[in-house]
Amino acid sequence: MASRTRREILVGGGALAAAAAVGAGSASAQAYPTRPITIICPWGAGGGTDATARIVASVMERELKQPVNVVNRTGGSGVVGHAAIAAAPPDGYTLGIVTVEISMMHWQGLTELKPDSYTPLALMNEDPPGIQVNAASPYKTVKELADAIKKAPHGSLKASGTGQGGIWHLALVGWLTAMGLKPDHVRWVPLNGAAPAMQDLAAGGLDLVTCSVPEARAIIEAGKARSLAVMAAERNPAFKDVPTLKEAMGIDYTTGAWRGFTAPKGLPPAIANTLTAALKKVNESKEYHEFMNNRGFGIRWADATGFAKFMDEGNKAMGVAMKAAGLAKG
Amino acid sequence: MSEIAQGFGLVFQSDVLLAILFASIYGLIVGAVPGLTATMATALLVPITFYLPPIAAIGAIISSSAMAIFSGDIPGALLRIPGTPASAAYTDEAYAMTRKGRPELALGIGLWFSALGGIFGTLALMALAPPLASMALRFSTFEYFWLAFLGLMCATLVSRSSPVKAIASMLLGLLVSCIGIENPAGTPRFTFGNTNLLGGIEVIPALVGVFAVSEVMRAMLTAEPPKPERRRLGSILAGQWALTKQYPKQQFRGNIIGVLIGVLPGAGADIAAWVAYSVSKRFSKEPQKFGTGHPEGLIESGSGNNSALAAGWVPALLFGIPGDTITAIAIGVLYMKGLNPGPTLFTEQASSMYALYIIFILANILMIPLGIAMIRASSHVLRAPRASVMPVIVLLCAVGAFATGNNLFAVLTVAAFGVIGYVMERNGYPVAAMVLGIIMGTMVEQNLVTSIMKSDGSIIPFFNRPVAAVLAAMTIAALLWPVAAWGLKRVRAQAA
Repeated sequence: MASRTRREILVGGGALAAAAAVGAGSASAQAYPTRPITIICPWGAGGGTDATARIVASVMERELKQPVNVVNRTGGSGVVGHAAIAAAPPDGYTLGIVTVEISMMHWQGLTELKPDSYTPLALMNEDPPGIQVNAASPYKTVKELADAIKKAPHGSLKASGTGQGGIWHLALVGWLTAMGLKPDHVRWVPLNGAAPAMQDLAAGGLDLVTCSVPEARAIIEAGKARSLAVMAAERNPAFKDVPTLKEAMGIDYTTGAWRGFTAPKGLPPAIANTLTAALKKVNESKEYHEFMNNRGFGIRWADATGFAKFMDEGNKAMGVAMKAAGLAKG
Repeated sequence: MSEIAQGFGLVFQSDVLLAILFASIYGLIVGAVPGLTATMATALLVPITFYLPPIAAIGAIISSSAMAIFSGDIPGALLRIPGTPASAAYTDEAYAMTRKGRPELALGIGLWFSALGGIFGTLALMALAPPLASMALRFSTFEYFWLAFLGLMCATLVSRSSPVKAIASMLLGLLVSCIGIENPAGTPRFTFGNTNLLGGIEVIPALVGVFAVSEVMRAMLTAEPPKPERRRLGSILAGQWALTKQYPKQQFRGNIIGVLIGVLPGAGADIAAWVAYSVSKRFSKEPQKFGTGHPEGLIESGSGNNSALAAGWVPALLFGIPGDTITAIAIGVLYMKGLNPGPTLFTEQASSMYALYIIFILANILMIPLGIAMIRASSHVLRAPRASVMPVIVLLCAVGAFATGNNLFAVLTVAAFGVIGYVMERNGYPVAAMVLGIIMGTMVEQNLVTSIMKSDGSIIPFFNRPVAAVLAAMTIAALLWPVAAWGLKRVRAQAA
């Protein structure tokens, strides 16, 4: 056990260098892949994105018959890792897991990178936001909550789920705008992620939290909070009682935090097809389904073309929402 | 009763015991490398837990993190490099003890009181999980603000220099914690358009720089001290029993502080160690001995950080809220293995819960023999010539920092903070106070700003919530105490 882990550290650090040294001569002679593949994860070890990358890597390893290593390149609120994926050589030996932030950060002026800075391979997951309230809250349905929000003076109700301008903040803004309210009608309290937000909701410090339902799950199951609706096209099979916004109040607003796999721009199409096919096998595997269901993560598959279209549409919608909320720069 | 028996049955399986043993050795090694933290030891175990049965997977995480927190004391005592942030509070004290020629005492205290602290934390988890968890759930941002503020006030107590210089160092740490985008407004500050600075200065590289690299720089400027005579390290556990009897109050208080802080989500073993060390000095009969290799503070903070580790599992198991970064990772593993956190875990899967308790206690007992072996092996470092040890330290610092984010920027941070730490210490500014500022800065700011947003600018909730009122009273009393003491002295002097 110890040796395997040490190998991961060493391989993780040295993979890029080794890849450059070994690859040049042999890659063209044999069928891809002939040596280990590295997946860059822009978020920290132990989080949801990291766990997803690692389970996908372990199934891909079997499909491609080569070791697949996950390397965490953290820092800069995700900018550093996303930049490292885009800057890697497009030879199929360095891939990356890209998250919804790639369609948000450039609007805030944090990076030049956009969804089209990559070769898309496949979309693997999407988690829609839910609307959670304290268990003692008087609002039993999302309709009652919405009526209370409309009646409440501007800024008197407080919500959270993540930091300022994060995906769950945008979810709240989108919902408020769809109801014809100002984007800041409910004041956003920036907190460091969904877990502290749910804790503050349980401690009575917030009125509602718009993180995803899986993130809120333990507090809900402990009887300290309720989920009133999800901003998705369909209900989550793990939380069948929670209606969609459309069912509950006829508002057709959906969004979500997604994760997909990409390679640097300029990847040869043959290699891209091999990788997309391998990811499709992963998506169909029992291990992947078991893992995602246990964590309560939503599975959403799209191949390279579908993923490109998905990112492009998401990117435009994000731009509109962020400008409306005054979060975009320039 | 049969559930307890089932719990034992679940633990005493060959695969579970093997997983615990290997994970313990692995945790000891990772924790002893500067820059590689208990959190990282846990994170790197996650892919392996995919292939383990549930109890073995959780057992591996529990034992590796407990070992890593202890073994962070080893490089701290021998080389003045805290292996993990939880050791930073008392690194100077332990190193001073080594320089007095008593490394086995310093490391023995770390080992013995870590193991006892871990067991105490486990007992608290077993007996008091529901009341402790409901206390933790009463903590909103108002209460966290006071807690973080109290933590900052430890700055003047953890150093031997003048209080003014300690406060200046702490303020410098606060300034460093302002860097980056992770502030309530989500606005980049002091980043100068540099992508790497967006994420701010991470605690680990800064810590490794100010403690380890600055020590290497100092060593290069001084002649090699005479070698200690070649002798076997004395018995590591000898004398620990005497210390346990001599300082029962310090040990107990350290354990209580550890449990109370550890159970709060967002405050973990590192903060517990700082607070326990400061409390120990504040209430000591001989505070002037602190910082010179005195066992009292070591006992209290060593007891505190390991009991905090076990208590951190309380909110994780009951509500799925991580008590610290280690349990944040463990929660993911719990879900994956079908042991979903929540009150039902304690009722429907009671035998699994007993199995977890047994693993906690087993890991803390196993810590003693494995820890002794580890201390003996690593003590050879003290006899090696300095010219060969120092380059290895620099190498380890660079590798450890790189591993935190696979990012060269972290290595540059280590170098920069090495220089800063060297200059500060040459001029009598304590680096530990700056590290405290970096650790607590984000917490103070985040909780102050979000609290004021929630209350629409009113400061009344900082005082009228019951828990907040108690913490506020403690903070204000601690602030006014030195002023009152000074005033009293003046009055007495005039009267005389």
